[in-house]
Amino acid sequence: MSGTTDKDIDALVEARVEARVQAQLDQRLGPLVDERVAQALARQEANAPGGQLDRIALIASKGSLDMAYPPLILATTAVAMGMEAAIFFTFYGLDIINKRKYGHLKVASLANPAMPVPVPNFIGALPGMTLAATAMMKNWMGRVKLQSVPEFIEMAREMDVTLIGCQMTMDVMGTKKDDLVDGVTVGGAATFLEYAGKSKITLFI
Amino acid sequence: MNGAIPVTQELDCQGLSCPLPIIKTKRAIDALAPGEVLKMVATDPGSVNDMAAWVKKTGHEMVGSEDADGVFAFFIRKVG
Repeated sequence: MSGTTDKDIDALVEARVEARVQAQLDQRLGPLVDERVAQALARQEANAPGGQLDRIALIASKGSLDMAYPPLILATTAVAMGMEAAIFFTFYGLDIINKRKYGHLKVASLANPAMPVPVPNFIGALPGMTLAATAMMKNWMGRVKLQSVPEFIEMAREMDVTLIGCQMTMDVMGTKKDDLVDGVTVGGAATFLEYAGKSKITLFI
Repeated sequence: MNGAIPVTQELDCQGLSCPLPIIKTKRAIDALAPGEVLKMVATDPGSVNDMAAWVKKTGHEMVGSEDADGVFAFFIRKVG
């Protein structure tokens, strides 16, 4: 065996081994990885079909009488349709679950050109005009027998709508947990985002 | 005619507006056994589309409906 040193033999063996290993990897690892990935995806599908759960996540950020209703109606109707629902009450929306305020929500006509008052908009700045606008809206609601906000909250609770009070808003506005209706959990943006991340429908009101 | 549909329970939602008819319907259907029929009566014009959407989502069967002078009757058979 002239010309072939031990070093050459080592190099040859190494090259052969490497080629064999590479061939084995290509042959077995590829399908194995595919199989494992498929299993993981199937597990995820089973937990959240299409990636999203059958739930609606709502943020209620407004505290006027008219704006209290959309989140409550959407959440309760969602549950009536077999979905889960959660409402995150933040800023003025926190008033909707504040026992001391939710029976007295108001709506102003000032800067609210959608409200059909028979006077120029700036008249809404006069004392008593907000009260008048609120009374007007309450009258319309009464005529169609729309439930009051406290009644709606009670219904939402009975239907297991998750009600979350924004901790930061409570700090900012000095609202205490005792002021809130029973059955409210307290959380922050992360709480909402975790819930919403898996929700089919997310709305900011 | 829908008179031939045997009704297990009647639910009167006349005079109620959204979302009460839907919410009460859900409660009533939950209390029935599969195959039983709920007759829900409402005056809210929106309830026609609402009930169609509701049965589509929940999988129950609308086996009949009536519309008499603004009074709507929906016959829903509970599925599974």
